[in-house]
Amino acid sequence: MRDFLQSLVRRKIALAGAWVLLLIAVLAVFAPLVAPYDPMGLNPIDRLQGPSAKHWFGTDHFGRDIFSRIVYGARMTIISGSGVVLCSILLGVVIGLLSGYFRGFGRIAMRLVDVVMSFPPLLLALALIAILGPGLLNVILAVSATYLTHTARIIFGLTLKIKEEAYVEAIRSIGAQSGRIIVRHLLPNLVSPVIVQATFTFAFSLLQIASLDFLGVGVPPQVPSWGNMVSEGRVYITRAPGVLLFPGIFIVLTVLSFNLVGDVLRDNLDPRFREQLSATRQ
Amino acid sequence: MLTYLGMRFFSMVPTFLLASVLIFSFMHMMPGDPAGVMLGDSATPQQVQALREAMGFARPIPVQFLRWFTGIVRGDFGESIFFRKPVLQVILERAETSLLIAVLSMALIVVVGIPIGMISAVRYNSVADQTFSGASMLAASMPTFWLGLNLMLLFAVILGWLPSSGFPSVVENGNLANLKYLILPCVTLAAPNSALIIRLTRASMLDVLKEGYVTTARAKGLSEMAVTLKHVFRNSMISVISVIGFTFVGLASGTVITETVFSLPGVGRLVVESVLRRDYPVIQGVILIIAVAYMLVNLLIDCCYSFLDPRIRVS
Repeated sequence: MRDFLQSLVRRKIALAGAWVLLLIAVLAVFAPLVAPYDPMGLNPIDRLQGPSAKHWFGTDHFGRDIFSRIVYGARMTIISGSGVVLCSILLGVVIGLLSGYFRGFGRIAMRLVDVVMSFPPLLLALALIAILGPGLLNVILAVSATYLTHTARIIFGLTLKIKEEAYVEAIRSIGAQSGRIIVRHLLPNLVSPVIVQATFTFAFSLLQIASLDFLGVGVPPQVPSWGNMVSEGRVYITRAPGVLLFPGIFIVLTVLSFNLVGDVLRDNLDPRFREQLSATRQ
Repeated sequence: MLTYLGMRFFSMVPTFLLASVLIFSFMHMMPGDPAGVMLGDSATPQQVQALREAMGFARPIPVQFLRWFTGIVRGDFGESIFFRKPVLQVILERAETSLLIAVLSMALIVVVGIPIGMISAVRYNSVADQTFSGASMLAASMPTFWLGLNLMLLFAVILGWLPSSGFPSVVENGNLANLKYLILPCVTLAAPNSALIIRLTRASMLDVLKEGYVTTARAKGLSEMAVTLKHVFRNSMISVISVIGFTFVGLASGTVITETVFSLPGVGRLVVESVLRRDYPVIQGVILIIAVAYMLVNLLIDCCYSFLDPRIRVS
C-alpha cells in the first residue's frame, strides 16, 4: 500500500515535470510573443537592476532584460538538447544494434566504445571543440560523442538479450535475412528503452552544454543561452545576484524535470530491460 | 591472486594503445594543416613551414604516430606551443591543486554518500529516505558551475567565512591552513557525485536486503545492526566500489569547472586555457594521462573486487 502511494506521488511529481517541460517548449516556440523586450536590446541606463514590475527578473550588465533573454534561451536549450539526443541516439542505436547482432564487428566497436568512455565527458568535448572549432553544430557533435557511447553500450546489451529469444530464432529458422531481423524485429523492441535513454541524455547533455557555455567554448557568446547568461553575469553576482540566479534556476528546473520524467518512464518499462538502464545512469 | 593481477595488468596494454591511437588521430582529423591551425591566421608561411619541420608533420602519419608514441612511453609528451616547455612539466606544475581537489572530494563523497545511502535503504520509504532521495536528485540536476558560484556568493562574499578564489600551494610553503581555499571547490565537486553514490548504495543495499541469507541471519536472532553491517553492507559494497571508479571520470570533468569557477591553478583550468589557445600537445597529454589514470583506478577496483569476492578471481 505504501509503495503504491509512493509511486502515485512520484507520478504526480513527474507529471509536474512534464508540465514544466511543456511550458519551456511553449516559451521556446512563442519566444517573440512572450518576451516583453528585445533579448539583445542594450539599455545601459537600466543596467544590473533587481527584479521589478518593469523587468521581472531584473537586467544584466548591458541593461538587457533577463526574463526576455531566458525566454529566448529556452530556444537554444531545446535546439541544442534535441541535437545531441538525435545525434547520439541515432548513432548509438546503429552501433549498439550492429555490435550486438554481428559479434565480430561488436568486439571491435565495443572496445572502441570502452576506450572513449574512459575519457572524461567534458574533457572529450573540450578536445573535440578544440579540433572542430566553435559553433552550435560542433558543440552538439562534441557532446554527442560521449552520449552515443552510453547509448551504444545499453543497446548492445539489450540486443544480446533479445537476440536469444525464441521468436528471433523462429524468424531466422524460416529464412529471414539479418537485415530484416534487425529492422523489423529487433528495432521495434528497443523503442521504449531508447525513449527512456533519450530522456536522460537530454538532461545530462543540457548540463554538459551549459558547462561548455560557461567555459566560453559553447554556443557563440552573443547568443542568449542560459549557460552564457551565467557565464557573462558571474563578474556581477555581488551587485545583481539575479544574473546568476534566474538562468541557473531554469537550467535546474529543466534538467530536474527530464530526470523525474525519465525515472517514471523507466519504472514502467518492461522488466527485462530495467537492469541495463539502471546500470548505466549518468 | 598475483596471476590474476598480472593478467589484468596486461589486458590494459591494448586499451592503452587504442586510446593513444584515438587521441593521436583526433589531432590529425583537424581540417587543414595542423601547423597552420596552431599558429593562427597571422603566421607567415615561413613560420608555418618551420613549425611543420620541428613537429615532424611532413613525415608519413604512421611514422609520426610511432615517434609520438615512443616518446610517451619514455615520458616525453612533446612540447607545449604556448609555454615552450615540455608538456609533462607544464602538467606536473599544475598537478598539486587538481590532485588535492580530487582526493579530498573523493573522501567527501565516500564519507557523505555511503552512510546516507545506507540510512535511506535501512529506513526505506521513510521521511528521511524521501528527503535524501529528493535532495540527491536535485544535486544531480544542478550545473556544477552554478552551484559553485552560489556557494561562493553565500560563503565567501555575503558571509565572508571562506576565501572566494585562488590557492597558494601547500607543498611549497607547507602551510596546511591554505587547504581552506579548497573547501568550497571540493563541496561543489562532491555534491553531484555524492548524489550518484547515495542512489547506488541505496539501490544495491535494497537488492541485498531481499536475499535469502539476510532472512536467515535475522531468523537466527542477530540484531538488526549486525545484519545490516555484517551481511547487507558488506555484500552491497561490491557494486558501490565499481561506481567509485565511474565517479573518477565525473571528478575529472568536474575539476575543469570548479577550477574555472574558483580560479584555481589546476590541470582542469590548464585544459580550458589550452583549448582557447589551441595548444594541442597539452590537450593530448592531459587527456592521455587522465585516461591512463582511469585505467589504473579501474585496475585498483578490480583488485578490491577480487579481494572482496574470491569468486571473481577464479573466473
